[in-house]
Amino acid sequence: MNTLKKMMRAGIIDENPIFVQLLGMCPTLAVTTSASNGFGMGLTVICVLALSNFLISLLRKFIPQQVRIASYIVVISGVVTAIQLLIKAYLPELDKSLGLFIPLIVVNCIILARAEAFASKNNVVMSILDGIFMGAGFTIALTLLGIIRELIGCGTIFGFDVLLRFGYTPILFFVQPAGAFITLGVLIGAVTAIRNKTDGRKKALKGDEAK
Amino acid sequence: MDFLKVTSSPHMRHEDTTRVIMLDVILALVPALIWAVYIFGTRALVLTIVSAASAVIFEFLYRLIMKKSATVGDFSAVVTGILLAYTLPVSVPMWMPVLGSFFAIVIVKQLYGGIGKNVVNPALAARVFLFLAFPSEMATYTSPFTKLPAFANVGADVVASATPLSNLKAGTAPDEKLIDLFIGNSAGCIGEVSILLVLAGGLYLLVRKTITWHIPVSFILTSAVIAYIFPGTGMDAVQYVLSELCTGGLVMAAVFMATDYTTSPVSSKGRIIYGIGCGLITMLIRKCGSYDEGVSFAILVMNCLAWYIDKFTRPRVFGGAKKNEK
Repeated sequence: MNTLKKMMRAGIIDENPIFVQLLGMCPTLAVTTSASNGFGMGLTVICVLALSNFLISLLRKFIPQQVRIASYIVVISGVVTAIQLLIKAYLPELDKSLGLFIPLIVVNCIILARAEAFASKNNVVMSILDGIFMGAGFTIALTLLGIIRELIGCGTIFGFDVLLRFGYTPILFFVQPAGAFITLGVLIGAVTAIRNKTDGRKKALKGDEAK
Repeated sequence: MDFLKVTSSPHMRHEDTTRVIMLDVILALVPALIWAVYIFGTRALVLTIVSAASAVIFEFLYRLIMKKSATVGDFSAVVTGILLAYTLPVSVPMWMPVLGSFFAIVIVKQLYGGIGKNVVNPALAARVFLFLAFPSEMATYTSPFTKLPAFANVGADVVASATPLSNLKAGTAPDEKLIDLFIGNSAGCIGEVSILLVLAGGLYLLVRKTITWHIPVSFILTSAVIAYIFPGTGMDAVQYVLSELCTGGLVMAAVFMATDYTTSPVSSKGRIIYGIGCGLITMLIRKCGSYDEGVSFAILVMNCLAWYIDKFTRPRVFGGAKKNEK
């Protein structure tokens, strides 16, 4: 139980893929124009990550060391293709708004990083859990980014009118690419500040080294 | 026995503190403001004061909340606020300079560590932010001597005027005579219209040795040369060159924005390269880009390259190894 808690904390806070490891910046910056986009992208990545970690962990003793990266990519792209087809069939709206970024999950560095760093060295159950928690960290980060950008840039959250009814002028800048960089930068700064404060500077530095 | 006291260098001191320099810049900016009040009305003054005051308040609050030493006394926030207001059209709502000041002071300046540590010019970055965030408000210019309310928001019924710059962009000669453009009798941003008074402020800064000639001269000359090589239609080359120079924020930016200490190179050679780069990008955007004005983008890009120019033009240390010796 303790390990589970530790892994959860690692995935969501200490080793958050976005705020701490800075992995997978391309979908992070591109799709978070709205909260629902970020959330949808996050859920998709959780599925892909859990499945790919599961398969790679199963195969870890058969894959020769020399061709492991190529093998991981084959597994990951297989999973992504399956999930893309599922989304196309059952969530056509999400497919429309995420578009090209769903197939691009194949080259998302988080997936490969977790396969290489975790799934290839741990048993099946642990690998699935790691995939889920890392994916959860990713989802939380993307949703947070999406909420902030949508709130400032459109005055809504998940499409619901929050600020517009008070006569708010949307700041278009925040749904543009430049707004993504600034929002992400501020968020990373804030998260780092909070981590430093709660863990103490030493522990945070240790985490940096481990990365 | 005071005169026998042994101290370490420096032994000669100059009274140039940040505060003195910033006060000089503020003084140099005043003529342009007086002219703005004359042609755009008190609203220009109110906007400038709101902008400067909010910049100071944001700087004070940030340093207070983050428990850092107070730095409002160096007046750099005042200069940022004034410069930001100078790049806005006079018809913008009052909250806009406040938002811009927040962006300039908190995000661009203080998050990077405060005065002397920011990568890009805060006022210009805030101007670009407002420009991208509110494209329509930031592109509504009023003709000189239009009566605008001093405090209330300007309604949508305000008559938008074509700026000389948008005329040039469209490929036609500006309606105004060259002398009007030079004096500032045209539509434009609060502090940028009067080339004459901006130049006067620049001259004061030059005499006070607050700025050197390298950046403004290389910036303006490069723009002029490019305008001469690729003239517009409907006018002769010299008239075109002068119109390009006397419209928009080119002179204002060359004198006050590009010469910001923190974000420009240190050496003379580096400053000339920097000025040429600013001029090139400005004219590239004016000629080929989709925006009328490229000055702010040009300076922001060159700001980011300033450290590299410094590295590239680093002078040889006296007595140190020669360049090609290892």
